[in-house]
Amino acid sequence: MNTVIPAPIARQPWSMLIPLFLLVGFGAAVLYSAGGGSMSPFASSHLLRFGVAMVMASVIASLPRELVKFLTYPAYVAVLLLLIAVEIIGQVGGGSQRWLDLGFMVLQPSELMKPVVVVTLAHFYASLPLGMITSWRALLVPGAFIAVPVAFVLLQPDLGTSLAIAFGGVVVMLLAGLPLKWFLGAGAAAAAAAPALFYLALQPYQQRRVLTMFNPEADPLGAGYHITQSKIAIGSGGIFGKGFNNGSQSHLQYLPEPHTDFVFATMAEEWGFIGGLFVIGMFALILRWGWRVAMDARDRFSSLLAAGMVATIFFYIAVNLLMVMGFAPVVGIPLPFMSHGGSSMLTNMICIGALMMVNSWNRRAPRTGLAG
Amino acid sequence: MLGLGKKRGAKRSSTLVNASMLKNAFDRRSMVIGSIQGGIGVLLAVRMGYLAIAENEKYRLESESNRVNLTLIPPRRGWILDRNGAPLASNRADFRVDVIPERLTDPDQTIDEIGALLGLNEARIADLKQEMETARGFAPVEVASGLNYEQFAALSVRLPDMQGVVPQRGFSRFYPTASSVGHLIGYVGPASAEEYEQDRNPLLITPGYKIGKDGLEKQFEQDLRGVPGARRVEVTASGRIIRDLETRDDIQGDPVKLTIDGPLQDYAARRIGLESGSVVVMDCATGDLLCMASMPSFDPNSFSDGIGSVEYAMLREDQRVPLRNKVLKGLYPPGSTVKPMHCMSFLKEGVDPGETIVCGGGRRIGNRFFRCHSNHGVVDMTKAIAQSCDSYFYHFAQQVGFDTVASFAKDLGLGQEYPLPVTSQFYGTVPTPDWKLNKFGREWQPFDTVNASIGQGYYLTSPLQLAVMSTRLATGRRVNPRLIIDGPAKDFVSYDFRDEFITHIRDAMSEVVNGAGTARRAQLPLDGIKIAGKTGTAQVVSLSVSDGRSGPWKYRDHGLFTFFAPLENPRYAGAVVIEHGGGSGSAYPIARDVMTFMFDPEKGLAALTALEKQWGGTAQERLEKRYAAYAAERGATVTPPPRRDEDIFDQVEAEARVAARQSEAIAEDAIAPREDQAASGSPPPDAVTRP
Repeated sequence: MNTVIPAPIARQPWSMLIPLFLLVGFGAAVLYSAGGGSMSPFASSHLLRFGVAMVMASVIASLPRELVKFLTYPAYVAVLLLLIAVEIIGQVGGGSQRWLDLGFMVLQPSELMKPVVVVTLAHFYASLPLGMITSWRALLVPGAFIAVPVAFVLLQPDLGTSLAIAFGGVVVMLLAGLPLKWFLGAGAAAAAAAPALFYLALQPYQQRRVLTMFNPEADPLGAGYHITQSKIAIGSGGIFGKGFNNGSQSHLQYLPEPHTDFVFATMAEEWGFIGGLFVIGMFALILRWGWRVAMDARDRFSSLLAAGMVATIFFYIAVNLLMVMGFAPVVGIPLPFMSHGGSSMLTNMICIGALMMVNSWNRRAPRTGLAG
Repeated sequence: MLGLGKKRGAKRSSTLVNASMLKNAFDRRSMVIGSIQGGIGVLLAVRMGYLAIAENEKYRLESESNRVNLTLIPPRRGWILDRNGAPLASNRADFRVDVIPERLTDPDQTIDEIGALLGLNEARIADLKQEMETARGFAPVEVASGLNYEQFAALSVRLPDMQGVVPQRGFSRFYPTASSVGHLIGYVGPASAEEYEQDRNPLLITPGYKIGKDGLEKQFEQDLRGVPGARRVEVTASGRIIRDLETRDDIQGDPVKLTIDGPLQDYAARRIGLESGSVVVMDCATGDLLCMASMPSFDPNSFSDGIGSVEYAMLREDQRVPLRNKVLKGLYPPGSTVKPMHCMSFLKEGVDPGETIVCGGGRRIGNRFFRCHSNHGVVDMTKAIAQSCDSYFYHFAQQVGFDTVASFAKDLGLGQEYPLPVTSQFYGTVPTPDWKLNKFGREWQPFDTVNASIGQGYYLTSPLQLAVMSTRLATGRRVNPRLIIDGPAKDFVSYDFRDEFITHIRDAMSEVVNGAGTARRAQLPLDGIKIAGKTGTAQVVSLSVSDGRSGPWKYRDHGLFTFFAPLENPRYAGAVVIEHGGGSGSAYPIARDVMTFMFDPEKGLAALTALEKQWGGTAQERLEKRYAAYAAERGATVTPPPRRDEDIFDQVEAEARVAARQSEAIAEDAIAPREDQAASGSPPPDAVTRP
């Protein structure tokens, strides 16, 4: 090991941290522009939140495996109770509510549920006897673990977050080794049920968003407005962009939510294709590191946990980018590490922290040879 | 390691599961998921490249069209000037308020709020609400114009609460003499959908832009229009202007200079007073129309926001038809005013002016006795004109034949249109045997000659034609009227009347006023300037229906007067026609005062001021009072005007044609003239009463 750099620093996963810092810094620059060329209100709080979240991630990274396992189920129950509390407060207060005001911060329990579901399922499958992986129990219990919080989040109603929770959970189930035919069957059933769900389960505004995705120009001032303006912002940026602080789409408020959901479009307008490749590249580096951590994990719990976290981060990135480029409906999912917003920063940094935690477990007891 | 695991897993029975199999599955599946993720990453990169590189041009344009808003600045309209360069129509800088119907959350409430702020009247608010319902999308609707700064400021501070309300600075058309020039100049208004269909000029749908809707404003639309300016501004999505990028000033439209004498036009219009009628004055040398007054009229200033329901209803219900330009579209039997012209025709046909006939209260033509309005005894040409003896004309028209007289009448301008820039003018009728046969399939009878010889029967003329006739008769030249000063006056060809004929007719017409004639009260109160003229009283119903002076307004006789002045060397000629004025006594005092004003404005105004005191204000003041009273009484129950302004004026024109036929009914037989016309020297006492 290099002797110049002190061990505690050299120990850190720099192949992930450097892209992460670059991304957050770049995000702050974009938010600076979205704030009308000013650190406030977006850029400075973005950096501050990242700082706080990084400390939290470091704390998570230092947790021992046994403690995590011990806390998993209580944490799941606690977050579920928070979700129910939100629902009750919302009902009492008259109207839907997604957050709890804790005084010092606004907490969205549904955000916390994303990493918690992943940990819970990882713990469940790790403790499940190996032979039972093809039994119905291996499907039904985790299915309930996912379905209950998803149901509450749907009640809020928050389609984007409930999809994210389900996605993280299903990826863990898939990687845990459940028979592939179950997934194929479920996929086929979902495809068959999709039209019915579309008309029965979705709110009219959600239906409109889905339809709009296929033909945004049909209603350029209505539901298609977001997608159309986002594509204009990205497309007008060209290869090198219009230049820092020169984006007319964001500065003249044509672009909706230029600092949260459509931050990528804000960036692309000013930094162009080059900026876009940079962002996608940084995400690729972070996710690749995450996969490596999952692959290198020395036990089932760690690898499932790490892979689930990677999937959760990926879900945010993919849905957000597909949305701003006109490939997915507008579901209100922010872009990790770049969008302004405390809840998404919290969730994604919990995932990063969990990955760093698994990484440190890997370090302390690296895998040796065949399965452990 | 992976390969080994796979082999081992494959060898085992599928029902048995062990850790390495699961690890194996995890590795394979995470490989697949990772690849899918990588694939999505590549897809995103490609998609972004497509948007940003391949479609860059398209989106760059869309982004620019988002950012930059091009607004047309309506050009200031060219002025309409009188012959001395004084404006008859100008522009006034003012403030205006538009609303964009689609942006209003609650149109009715917003209109109410604006109405309260600006103090709009009930009728206008009701009209606006109706307009909101039919308005289309993003095209702004003008709510009010001509606002003062206080009103504008009061509205501006409330803008944040009023989505879709757009205050603007602009110019509005202003007619200083208001209703005096209503018919002549017309008015302006927002272009209708049909007008936009015809002329796809984006200017037409620019808020605040008005096009000429009637009269000269319509005729000279292209000259007056000018070139719009343009303003490129950077705007936010909500339409807030960030900064001006570039501004091109508008170019004001060209002025149009009329031959009209503004003060004279205004004077004549006001002098008509409570009557319904028209005054035309021409310059004998150039044919310049100095005055084409038609009253009652509308206020073109109040039409520019659109014609209000209440105002329209009031104008429609008035039987004096304030919407009709009577100078061009009022047709009246000319009555005795054609007698000097007929005399000129007799002279040309060789009748000696000294030749006399005996009027015994009428005269036998063929085997029938036709009455005169009085018993004139021995009558020569001068006396026939001065005292308007009908018998003389029965006799000589019969002698020379009415065909001859009619073709002379046409030569002098009756039954003709003139090359004037007006929307429409009526021909009228100079009846001839051929015409009657064509139109009614009946032969010309001696009584037709009798009727026509005194300007009755089927004879129909417009006030403009009468004025042209007077001018041509007074000068002996084929003077053509003109309305626009567009170069030096033409030299008109002479009719080659013998000088003594002209002198004779002039002197006879002078006798009407200055001698023992029918209009002695028409003498000018001026030293050294004499007016000559001819009275006319045109019957519209038979004697048995009405005595022509009292009773229902629409049965009363029309009062007419044609004139020229000064007598010795005519400079001005013209005609006054008062509809149902009850006889010529209603017409010639107006001619007298108008001519007095022409030569001595102070004296003329003094006469008018005294009259207006009796009438209760100037024409414009009375119009406003009437409107206020009408709105108070009928405001809630009126029917809205036709949607298109064109419909209004098509209707008015159709009615004018019907009205012109009123006298046709009595043309079927000889018209028994009123007794003692010479005595009708004063306006009928009930001229002031409402019909």
